[in-house]
Amino acid sequence: MSAVIEEHHDHHDHKPTGIGRWLFSTNHKDIGTMYLWFSFIMFFIGGALALVIRAELFEPGLQFVEPELFNQLTTLHGLIMVFGVIMPAFVGLANWMIPMMIGAPDMALPRMNNWSFWLLPGAFGLLIASLVMSLMGMGSAPNFGWTFYAPLSTTYGPASTDYFIFSVHMMGISSIMGAINIIATIMNMRAPGMTYMKMPIFVWTWFITAYLLIAVMPVLAGVVTMMLTDRHFGTSFFNAAGGGDPVLFQHVFWFFGHPEVYIMILPSFGIISQIVPTFARKKIFGYSSMVYATASIAFLSFIVWAHHMFTTGMPVAGELFFMYATMLIAVPTGVKVFNWVSTMWRGSLSFETPMLFAIAFIFLFTIGGFTGLMLCIVPADFQYHDTYFVVAHFHYVLVTGAAFGIMAGVYYWIPKWTGNMYDETLGKWHFWLSVISVNVLFFPMHFLGLAGMPRRIPDYSLQFAEFNAVASIGAFVFGFTQLIFLYNVIKTARGKTSVKATSQVWEGAEGLEWTLPSPAPFHSFTTPPQVK
Amino acid sequence: MSAAIRVAGLISLLLFSAQSMAGYQLNMKPGVTSFSQGAYEIHTMVMWICVAIGVVVFGAMLYSIINHRKSKGAVASDFHESTALELAWTIVPFLILIVMAIPATRILLDMEDVSNPDLSIKITGYQWKWNYDYNVGENAQDISFFSNITTPDALHKSTNGGVAKDKDYLIEVDKKLVIPTNKKIRLLITSNDVIHAWWVPAFGVKKDAIPGFINESWINVPEPGIYRGKCAELCGANHGFMPVVVEAKSEADYNAWIASQKAVATAAAASANKTWTKEDLMAQGEKVYATTCAACHQASGAGIPNVFPALKGSAIATGPVAKHLNIVLHGVTGTAMQAFAGQMNDADLAAVITYERNAWGNNTGDMVQPSDVKAAR
Amino acid sequence: MSTTNHGEYFIPEPSKWPVIGTIALVTTVIGAVHTIHAGELNWLLPIGFLLIAYLFFGWFGAVIDESMGGHYNAQVDKSFRIGMLWFIFSEVMFFAAFFGALFYARVFALDWLGGGGNNAATHEYLWPAFNAIWPVLSNPDNTKFAPPAEAMGASGLPAFNTAVLLASSVTVTIAHHGLRANHRKPLIIWLAITVALGVSFLFLQAEEYMHAYEQMGLTLDSGIYGSTFFMLTGFHGFHVTMGTTMLLVMLIRSIKGHFTSDNHFAFEAVAWYWHFVDVVWLGLYIFVYWL
Ligand code: HEA
Ligand code: HEA
Ligand code: HEC
Ligand code: CUA
Ligand SMILES: [Cu+2]
Repeated sequence: MSAVIEEHHDHHDHKPTGIGRWLFSTNHKDIGTMYLWFSFIMFFIGGALALVIRAELFEPGLQFVEPELFNQLTTLHGLIMVFGVIMPAFVGLANWMIPMMIGAPDMALPRMNNWSFWLLPGAFGLLIASLVMSLMGMGSAPNFGWTFYAPLSTTYGPASTDYFIFSVHMMGISSIMGAINIIATIMNMRAPGMTYMKMPIFVWTWFITAYLLIAVMPVLAGVVTMMLTDRHFGTSFFNAAGGGDPVLFQHVFWFFGHPEVYIMILPSFGIISQIVPTFARKKIFGYSSMVYATASIAFLSFIVWAHHMFTTGMPVAGELFFMYATMLIAVPTGVKVFNWVSTMWRGSLSFETPMLFAIAFIFLFTIGGFTGLMLCIVPADFQYHDTYFVVAHFHYVLVTGAAFGIMAGVYYWIPKWTGNMYDETLGKWHFWLSVISVNVLFFPMHFLGLAGMPRRIPDYSLQFAEFNAVASIGAFVFGFTQLIFLYNVIKTARGKTSVKATSQVWEGAEGLEWTLPSPAPFHSFTTPPQVK
Repeated sequence: MSAAIRVAGLISLLLFSAQSMAGYQLNMKPGVTSFSQGAYEIHTMVMWICVAIGVVVFGAMLYSIINHRKSKGAVASDFHESTALELAWTIVPFLILIVMAIPATRILLDMEDVSNPDLSIKITGYQWKWNYDYNVGENAQDISFFSNITTPDALHKSTNGGVAKDKDYLIEVDKKLVIPTNKKIRLLITSNDVIHAWWVPAFGVKKDAIPGFINESWINVPEPGIYRGKCAELCGANHGFMPVVVEAKSEADYNAWIASQKAVATAAAASANKTWTKEDLMAQGEKVYATTCAACHQASGAGIPNVFPALKGSAIATGPVAKHLNIVLHGVTGTAMQAFAGQMNDADLAAVITYERNAWGNNTGDMVQPSDVKAAR
Repeated sequence: MSTTNHGEYFIPEPSKWPVIGTIALVTTVIGAVHTIHAGELNWLLPIGFLLIAYLFFGWFGAVIDESMGGHYNAQVDKSFRIGMLWFIFSEVMFFAAFFGALFYARVFALDWLGGGGNNAATHEYLWPAFNAIWPVLSNPDNTKFAPPAEAMGASGLPAFNTAVLLASSVTVTIAHHGLRANHRKPLIIWLAITVALGVSFLFLQAEEYMHAYEQMGLTLDSGIYGSTFFMLTGFHGFHVTMGTTMLLVMLIRSIKGHFTSDNHFAFEAVAWYWHFVDVVWLGLYIFVYWL
């Protein structure tokens, strides 16, 4: 198998140099690297905003920020984490790994690939500029939550809302182009013998995610467009006075928004499905059911959106339908969890950092899934909705789910990217500090929510003080722990670790990507490998 | 410092804080109505089912982690497929879901039945206060009032030093919603500006207040008492400062309250016709300003730059009275500045405008009388 | 399965176009916001549009050059096809958002405002004068949204326009047959007719808009009926404009002798796009004009 990587192909490996290498790149690895760094930087910015939120919420009273600014912080924290951290990180991983995993030289549409990336700094530049301007006393940044419900965002939105609208358009274009590229790559660039049902699960999950993206990002573009016309061109989509309905906004938004949350988890499912078999030294359990489960989740994600809207007063038949449909998602998700556990069962387990994060993922994502299931029970959701219980739910699935998946993936693949082993001791420190502090951070939020603390408030009454203080302490430990991660990544990338990675890297790893040398050559497979 | 010490430190910190927690609450409370009790029941049931599944799943995982580790010499088996298992863990969860869905459906259907109320109350969300209007449906009473948070602005900012935060901090209002016990009360919930949500946990009612639409819900409270809740939908800067307080009274007490409210209304109507002195106007104006206007324009009249204009030195508050009257009566459409014509009586409007024109160095010396307001309406 | 020319993958050289594309969009966006708010930087908007035009010419020019230079193999061709197909799908979903808004407004929102469902109180206390009738000739609040005097009928001009667009779908297919059979003349003639039909459609649509604004009082701000009418037909019209422009480019390239009978992906992509625009129109005709 490794014979395919022939030396004489090295003349293809002349890398462009200087800033032009990055600005004009058509190389999947360079673009992947840019995506990953972009995501990392945004993680620290979005995280820094979260730390200000947690500092403000450390004790009752207004200490650091005014309510008006607080709402801007919450909004930008949510938007940056969702659109600037998780999604770009996944696209970065897809860029790096999919061509290597399916035996291709690069992505199918490399130039468009570069545009998909470069739109993001543009879009987030506009968004973050509005926050910076707000801090300098010029206007207000978006302050209506990442869900930007009308009419708070239309009639009552600040002037910067229009920048926000266009920046969402740009993110949408970026995601759609990225998704099209991934679909074309997977459909068209697989090596001979790489049938669909032989593709690594990570490729499968991304394949399905890409369809979700193409289906829902245009809807998001549509809803912000309606916002724009409602704000400035006299339409009345979200205004009852003209025959519209503010709740229409929520339907269209969540038709995008719910599939969006699976967009933010399916690739992590894929990563976990790569890592667990490697460190269990055992084939993934139930490969085909994993694929079908992913597809089922994707399908169901289109018919559950209104579970975010149980309190809007929709007809009871609607509430029941959306409750039942949402409950069903537990079934395919459960199949995935059970398959991961069965993969570990009677394996030969070892616990390097990627595996530690993967195991934590399975534990903590499942807890987040359980609270999700509780949320979809309509009568109970009347109590949970818009409280910190929801905040706890989605941080479990997003931070210890999506983000832990990404961290696991970075540790797993960085030796392949850089040719160097990361520092395992630092990795373990990062893991243990993270996994403890993240629970100190988010677990008490369940109690806060059940005790009745609403979300998106800058100050709270006295009975919520204790758990908020605990959560804030957890937040600071968790936040600063991520600096270890940053340091470890930089150290590995600069080759400052002592151990060089072999091409196999992990004893139990299987797949085409491990047949390439570490670091992987500039163009992955210049001649296609033959897959048995 | 080793990891172990850190962990120990964190745990002891948690234990310590657990000890010092006085009024903390870990779980949802059953509340006093059939809804909140239904919600509590189904919450408890689903939670324990999840815990049970968690014990099984995590137990299996832990068992593997402990026993199937390479360092203990475990050799990987080739166990990677089993149709029987796959079927089992598709069907069993599905059955469990049905077990959850049945009571959930039952409770929900009960909640949505708003028929045959004894009394209706219309609840309207405003940035950032609630209006309670008894003048709807059967048993309509000519009573309507606003309910504002009582915590003064200064309290937010005094972390130490200033006034101590007391048990009322952020949860008390000037006028509570008063209801009779053991009556089916229909709530008609709507909004005047953005979406709010009226929520009282002890009743299990959380309904969005949507401008242009009325959502209905109902309550039947068995026990007299004070029930607290909050606005539960992001509605702008002061979303966190929009408490809901309901006082349930026995039927006799309730009727007495109704009568007293009527008396207050008559007195107010009378005062609207008289001519006020400037001192009285200023005193009343300061009160009205603090409850109604200060949330946005701030007690100092300085506003919040770029969000809420300053009234101190503002061209409108120091210019022609007519324009000032007009903006307060009719608001500025498309902004947070509401039309106050329908919210306040002539006397309060006259007072607050007089106050704004003379406070914070706006020494116009003008006086606005209720009759002026009446004329400008 | 990918079966083609392995071993000679085509990977484009580094390219400046993506970065230019980003600069173009950011410029346009800042210009657009300043135009809306009468800000100082409104002059950036036309510059942004120029940059976008430059981008299209440059990027597609480069692709055409590569294509004419024979750099593309069957695999690249297939990637382009997949790309175009899913791009069109994303456009379908964009329209779906507006169709969804239309259905929601017609089926739910208006009914509720008129007291339907569990919204009797909405009608009684908030909009007692409102009657839920589509097309909406009286809004819940006629002072905020002045309603149209009459509704747009389905017969007459819209019906004629439907015929024009359907015909153009046929003509572009005939042109395609010509190309496949390597008959240049029918290709050029039928393509030219298609472009002409596209232009007439746009012309008639503009007529209709003028009529709506000037005679019927049907405007973008005349309530939900006007909102959905103009958003749907407007975005459709915008797509017809794009499609017609692309057809025009294809016409010029055909005249220049580009394309061969078995290698003319660009032509096919434009034809697909044109069919898509046509299908959207049918949906529009049925749900916006007719029912
Ligand atoms: C990665 C993102 C992600 C994921 C994967 C999920 C997964 C799920 N979510 Fe979550 N959710 C969010 C992100 C996510 N969510 C966000 C961001 C919000 C808030 C948005 C906002 O308002 O800002 C939200 C809010 C949200 C709500 C709205 C709450 C409210 O506002 O009132 C609801 C309600 O139904 C819900 C439900 C669910 C369910 C049922 C799942 C299911 O997919 C979970 C399925 C998994 C399991 C159940 C565990 C594993 C299964 C087993 C071990 C099998 C056996 C189990 C049983 C039979 C019980 N979510
Ligand atoms: C994937 C998404 C994601 C991630 C990773 C996170 C991560 C975190 N989130 Fe958040 N969160 C959301 C998605 C996410 N969140 C969403 C969607 C919302 C809803 C928004 C809305 O209501 O509209 C939300 C809302 C939300 C709230 C509720 C706010 C409110 O309702 O008012 C809170 C409160 O505690 C919170 C906290 C945190 C914390 C402490 C982290 C921590 O994990 C962060 C860890 C911190 C760091 C990684 C920072 C490291 C920085 C430093 C060490 C300083 C160095 C600084 C520089 C170099 C500049 N988040
Ligand atoms: C919910 C927020 C809010 C509340 C409460 C509020 N205002 Fe305002 N007010 C505004 C906003 C926003 C504007 C700016 C409107 C505009 O853009 O012109 C404004 C403008 C004004 C102006 C014009 C100031 C100027 O110089 O332009 C006056 C006078 C005023 N308000 C008086 C009052 C009075 C009196 C009250 C209470 C009875 C009050 N406001 C309560 C938000 C509020
Ligand atoms: Cu009103 Cu939040
Ligand atoms: Cu959801």
